[in-house]
Amino acid sequence: MATLPTPQQLIASRPAFPKENWMDIKPDFKPGSFCYPAQKQTMELLHMPNPHEWNPADEDWNLPENWEQILIDAFEERLKKHRSLKLFMDICVRCGACADKCHFFLGTNDPKNMPVMRAELLRSLYRKDHTMLGKILGKKVGARGWDKDVVKELFSYAYQCTECRRCSLYCPYGIDTAEITAIVRELLHEVGLGIHWIMDPVKNCNITGNHLGIKPHSFVEIVEMLADDCEEVCGIRPKTPFNEKGHEILFITPSGDVFADPGVYTFMGYLMLFHELGLDYTLSTYASEGGNFGSFTTFNMAKKLNAKMYAEAERLGSKWILGGECGHMWRVINQYMDTYNGPAPAHMMDVPTSPITGTQFTNAKSTKMVHITEFTADLIKHNKLKLDPSRNDHLITTFHDSCNPARGMGLLDEPRAVLKAVCNNFVEMPEKTIREHTFCCGAGSGLNTEEIMELRMRSGMPRGNALRYVQQKYGVNHMACVCAIDRATLPPLANYWAPGVSVSGVHELVANALVMTGEKKRTMDLRQEDLPNVDGGDE
Amino acid sequence: MSTSLLVVLLIGVVAWLGASLGLASLFGVFLPYVAVIIFIAGVVWRMVYWSKSPVPFAIPTTGGQQASLEWIKQASLDNPSTKWGVVKRMFLEVFFFRSLFRNTYAEVREDGPRIVYFSSKWLWCFALLFHYCFLLVFIRHFRFFIDPVPACITFIEAVDGVLQIGAPRLYLTGVLLLTALLFLLGRRLFNERLRYLSLMNDYFPLLLIIALVLSGMSLRYFIKTDIASVKAFTMGLVTFQPVGAEVTKNIGSLFFVHLTYLSVLLMYFPFSKLMHAPGVFFSPTRNLPNNTRAVHHENPWNDRNAPFTTYAEYEDTFRDVMVEAGLPVEKQPDAGDKE
Repeated sequence: MATLPTPQQLIASRPAFPKENWMDIKPDFKPGSFCYPAQKQTMELLHMPNPHEWNPADEDWNLPENWEQILIDAFEERLKKHRSLKLFMDICVRCGACADKCHFFLGTNDPKNMPVMRAELLRSLYRKDHTMLGKILGKKVGARGWDKDVVKELFSYAYQCTECRRCSLYCPYGIDTAEITAIVRELLHEVGLGIHWIMDPVKNCNITGNHLGIKPHSFVEIVEMLADDCEEVCGIRPKTPFNEKGHEILFITPSGDVFADPGVYTFMGYLMLFHELGLDYTLSTYASEGGNFGSFTTFNMAKKLNAKMYAEAERLGSKWILGGECGHMWRVINQYMDTYNGPAPAHMMDVPTSPITGTQFTNAKSTKMVHITEFTADLIKHNKLKLDPSRNDHLITTFHDSCNPARGMGLLDEPRAVLKAVCNNFVEMPEKTIREHTFCCGAGSGLNTEEIMELRMRSGMPRGNALRYVQQKYGVNHMACVCAIDRATLPPLANYWAPGVSVSGVHELVANALVMTGEKKRTMDLRQEDLPNVDGGDE
Repeated sequence: MSTSLLVVLLIGVVAWLGASLGLASLFGVFLPYVAVIIFIAGVVWRMVYWSKSPVPFAIPTTGGQQASLEWIKQASLDNPSTKWGVVKRMFLEVFFFRSLFRNTYAEVREDGPRIVYFSSKWLWCFALLFHYCFLLVFIRHFRFFIDPVPACITFIEAVDGVLQIGAPRLYLTGVLLLTALLFLLGRRLFNERLRYLSLMNDYFPLLLIIALVLSGMSLRYFIKTDIASVKAFTMGLVTFQPVGAEVTKNIGSLFFVHLTYLSVLLMYFPFSKLMHAPGVFFSPTRNLPNNTRAVHHENPWNDRNAPFTTYAEYEDTFRDVMVEAGLPVEKQPDAGDKE
């Protein structure tokens, strides 16, 4: 990978707005500006339409012969299926309120990265085929027909959007660019265009149940190693129940936390917490992926991958499902799961109920799926956990709201309640960059791939900038989050924009502070780094 | 911008010439009737077009804390979980442009580098001003359509002219309406981002409304026309008994220019971005409660039987390694499988 420019160079190199009309500017695919294409074989395995070899850098993308008709028909079909699409095509007044809300626009100053323009790329095609004035007046009223450069342009900008919905919050009509980007990606998939970093995990999730395609025995092995690590830290080896029938709770979390640093520490946190609670639960190797990369391709693919959750709950006889920390996983669970694959299996509990506190999670009574921070915040509120927050005293931590839980759910105070109970030093980032205003990590929705690292640093600038602000002002040296993609994307972002800030899930900090029954004196945190205020004399 | 301006001027000239050449009934009677029919039919047609597509997923943009644990305060206005909550959210959206009120201006500075966020309520302020003044001016015009003039309209007029400037009295709403329109036009011309993304579709309705307002103001303050005849004329229109040349000959051509601008606006409305007015009520990111984990939302095109990788298929693929790893399986591998 090419070395990155310095932050100063990065910002100084943002070009001015072009002189030409945007329709006259062709997309440019220089290395580092695009994600690698999905492999033909992967697309075939998944029965995706028109799989073929192609490369964004090539002039010819080897589109199927009748590509234009395919796209016109596919667009028409989406219009018939989604009222949102018709509406968002019709009612935008181009007031521009969304323009500087987009992290990609702020980082690149590319006008087509203004959310209104991103939508306009598709809207221009809509005008030509679906509006009277567009048919008659054409380019004068912002209408244009399909051509191969338009397809390339759509590809370029559909993969410079992380579907974070920040623009939708400020839009006076709630026009949701995530919806538009999702549908543009669907259209592109119709002519066989997808990206490797999304389609490969989709293939793996489909077959093996998780992201990296780790087979069941290896998956169990890795989790057992993590349990060993827990023992190293606290002297207790948490149990690791897998695929066991008859437990009350099925726990599903993104598989990224099983194999990627620093997510693994969050996973260890779950194991330790559940062990301490004596929770009646099981993990599943079949439904071992909470995240849903299908949601970055097509609605049907998202449904297909999500279907495993209820299927497994039914097979194992679980009463309800507890879900781990993840961003887009929770967008899918909160807004799509029940519609995709609900109603939940009939044997499940009427209302998911915490076996420890008796609290009924009425907000999840249909999906039967509770967020781990809802669960833990409730435990803490009822004093069911013995906590020693001073074990996190070496951290001055802030909290990054992930886009999807923030704007597709509203999970804002639950993680904060947990964090404040397990950390003595908690500082918020500036008001316009947190909670519902939060900025994306810059690489969500399947863009967390290495080949576009410079682009990621650009789109991550607003988040990085807010982080550096609290780093300089309050000495923040840690950022917690509730998203597995964040745990993968924020470390390089922090390293670039605010070096010295570490990143973790909330439950890593919970387990650090958790005083377990019969544990040995803690001298290390979950990362096996020495705790600062432990005097060596006791050992 | 220039094309839009030209078209708007052309409309005015044509109407002026037409009325002056004795085609007053074409521009004053025929056109308004056609315009109203197109407006009503067009708006209904577009709303029916939208309604024909289902809302497959409930996708509210949540603007605050969800309803979850009872001790966590829900942001019920920005993240409603009930229908009543949605009514309140929509009310604030439609009447107070709540989302636009959140607006900020982000500036990337090369020192640092850093981003600075400024509160930016200008657009909200002038958009609100424009819509409310337009509404009031519209209501005020009912003095021409209702006989006798209801007290509420006389009252609005009295309040509107409270400054008591000039004769006839200067209406505040007219001035504010024009100011707001010029602001909205100005930002499209002078803000780089807005200028880049603005289309004829944006300039045309703005200039058309400016022309409508200017012609109306001229009729009141400058090129005055015989108001009694105008009233007789409009009453004829609304009672479907249009008056003839004996009345229209007393009315200046500018009145017909004004009426033509209004007619064009009405006819343009259903085919343009102006449909945001009915559209906002349809927006699934605003008009649905965030209760999708508690209440099932049905998608009419959802395929209940869509295939997915079942556990049985999964176990068939991995049975041997699963058994080796000590994982429970549904079906023990038989001797043949072990080969």
